[in-house]
Amino acid sequence: MNITVAGIGMTKFGELWAASPRWLASEAVHRAIEDSGMEKKSIQGLFVANMLSGMLGMQGHLGALFAEELGLSGVPAYTVEGACASGGLAIHAGMMSILSGQYDTVLVLGVEKMTDHKPELVSSALMGAGSNEERLTGATFPGLYAMLARSHMEKYGTTEKQLAAVSVKNHFHASFNPLAQFTHPITIDTVLKSSCVADPLKLLDCSPVTDGAAAVILTKKVMRASSGVQIIASQIATDTLGLSGRKSLTELAATKIAAKKAFQQAGVEINDIDCAEVHDCFTIAEILAIEDIGFGNKGEVGPRMEKGVYTLGTAARVVVNSSGGLKGCGHPIGATGVKQIVEITNQLRGACGKRQVKNAKCGLAHNVGGTGATAVVHILKK
Amino acid sequence: MIGIVSYGTYIPKYRVCTEDIAAAWKKNPSEIIGALGVKEKTVPGVDEDAVTIALEAALQSLSYFQGKPSEIGALFVGSESHPYAVNPSSTIIGEFLGIGTAYLASDLEFACKAGTAGIQMVAGLLAAKHIAYGLAIGADTAQSRPHDALEYSSAAAGSAFLLGSSNILASLLSYTSYSSDTPDFWRRDGIRYPSHAGRFTGEPAYFAHVMGAAIKLFQKTKLRPEDFDYCVFHMPNGKFPREVAKRLGFSEKQLAPSLTVDRIGNPYSASSMMGMSAVLDVIKPNKKICMVSYGSGAGSDAFFWKTTQKLETVQKKRKQHKGMVCQQIENKTYIDYFGYLKQTHKL
Repeated sequence: MNITVAGIGMTKFGELWAASPRWLASEAVHRAIEDSGMEKKSIQGLFVANMLSGMLGMQGHLGALFAEELGLSGVPAYTVEGACASGGLAIHAGMMSILSGQYDTVLVLGVEKMTDHKPELVSSALMGAGSNEERLTGATFPGLYAMLARSHMEKYGTTEKQLAAVSVKNHFHASFNPLAQFTHPITIDTVLKSSCVADPLKLLDCSPVTDGAAAVILTKKVMRASSGVQIIASQIATDTLGLSGRKSLTELAATKIAAKKAFQQAGVEINDIDCAEVHDCFTIAEILAIEDIGFGNKGEVGPRMEKGVYTLGTAARVVVNSSGGLKGCGHPIGATGVKQIVEITNQLRGACGKRQVKNAKCGLAHNVGGTGATAVVHILKK
Repeated sequence: MIGIVSYGTYIPKYRVCTEDIAAAWKKNPSEIIGALGVKEKTVPGVDEDAVTIALEAALQSLSYFQGKPSEIGALFVGSESHPYAVNPSSTIIGEFLGIGTAYLASDLEFACKAGTAGIQMVAGLLAAKHIAYGLAIGADTAQSRPHDALEYSSAAAGSAFLLGSSNILASLLSYTSYSSDTPDFWRRDGIRYPSHAGRFTGEPAYFAHVMGAAIKLFQKTKLRPEDFDYCVFHMPNGKFPREVAKRLGFSEKQLAPSLTVDRIGNPYSASSMMGMSAVLDVIKPNKKICMVSYGSGAGSDAFFWKTTQKLETVQKKRKQHKGMVCQQIENKTYIDYFGYLKQTHKL
């Protein structure tokens, strides 16, 4: 099922007050096309990942909108929505369209413009990813992930300091990423002293509200060596929309299923993975992801996180979230899953500069929607 | 030469502490004080509004004025809490001041910079020799929705600058403006409390406009930040003026005398004029001041003032009458959060 990542591009992530969604999309796509060395006319399909445009901006029909904006009118265009996993789903959909034989080359664009809207409206719109029961109780995602964190703490003794270590690691990695929202390192103490959002999660345990776009060109054509990164597995799994239907609150079953299937599909082992971008919308989410994918045993990842086992420079094996993850690099919802592919591709190309993982040959991207109702896992190799 | 002939200030005596507001909403007070830099804020008395506050400030300014009220040819009142939507504050104040009828009166609204817009308008009329004296007032009983972040800083106060062409205590040597359609904070007609766009009120709004106006002033006057003795900025909280001063290249020492926000909060249209008044109260003649206001929506007015020998005479009178900004700040009575809700007619 090998699909080549022909071109990648992304904007700076952050509070981009002066940037419109159209500008963000154009910028990311322009960079991806330039990176691919292909002509725009090679693109036969457009997959747009976005979650909030319809709810916050009253703008749906994004496939046609961005096809027009990007000079791709006439090209088949789709919008893919799967909450925070929209980007991963769009990559998967783009790949399936190629594998079906319909297209040779497609463009996957993830874009989200969040800072134009009031924080309470953004929080409310994000709850579109939750269940009706959760919305009715007034829950928000920090609250839901706080329940997952509390459950993990009670069952495995995970500490707030261990959660904070995730944020510290990801800010450290983001400090080497010029496109990241936060490029300043932080300390455990800073995280622990930040405002409490939903106990035990503090402000610095939470990913930010971000504007940004990322674009990936996928093709089945044979590309030049420098672009020769391939996606060798793409798997999706789903679970109940709300937490109340889950058998366990200390794992995300969708992640476990998608990861297991992805490793089978790719024919690689967990120890083959050199770098991984996992969905750290909250610090507990990264600990769950690392455990559920299999980079660490249940209950052991918290202590390992404090020891720098997943940190650039001190990692025992896999480096997790070299981009800074959602916490450090930012989390423009629809763009996140596409950005993960951009980062892993850059790592496998050896193009990450100071945050380069040495001799990276195989990478994994893990994108989650809601509290694990959707999980998407991709495995890439050089 | 055009400049300030006299100035007056009025700070209501009631205070509510940030920690009391925070406690009402189960927030950590030290976190909020640390984030906003406001320990307590002024609260208007139950019978005070923007008109009474503006009048008190204007009366104080006229008490140091050697001329007659009837010599005042223009009166502009800047506020975003004019008690009437239709019926000018300026004529009520003009009537109580005894200005007569031969004057131009107008109410101004430009969020927190309506007062300084009045200063520029008076300066224009003076330069054109249409008037001998003009009064520009910034006064507010700042609105904020309970439990909104604004509730910790929105305050009440007024400041009045009487401008003229002779007997001036601070010369107005240059001024600039920087305006754009940047909707960071707004209140629609008939709506009680303002809305704001959270963090958008920072970089693209306050910082872009304050710095824009200040840099224009530096270019126009060929002065650098270090050439000024003091600087004054609009103070929506304690952090923004400190940050913008730093970015522009001013020192903490240049800024310190103007920082009234820590103790009185943000009285919207009166904020930068109150900061300027606090500086005028304590500095010596022949000192250069850079003053920059900010109004959401958005715009900034920047001014280059230079004090004269006459300042000392007014300073003495203000001190004698216990009318200095620092004296008014210390004349206070604390009320609790429920008292605050009652006095601002929220209960």
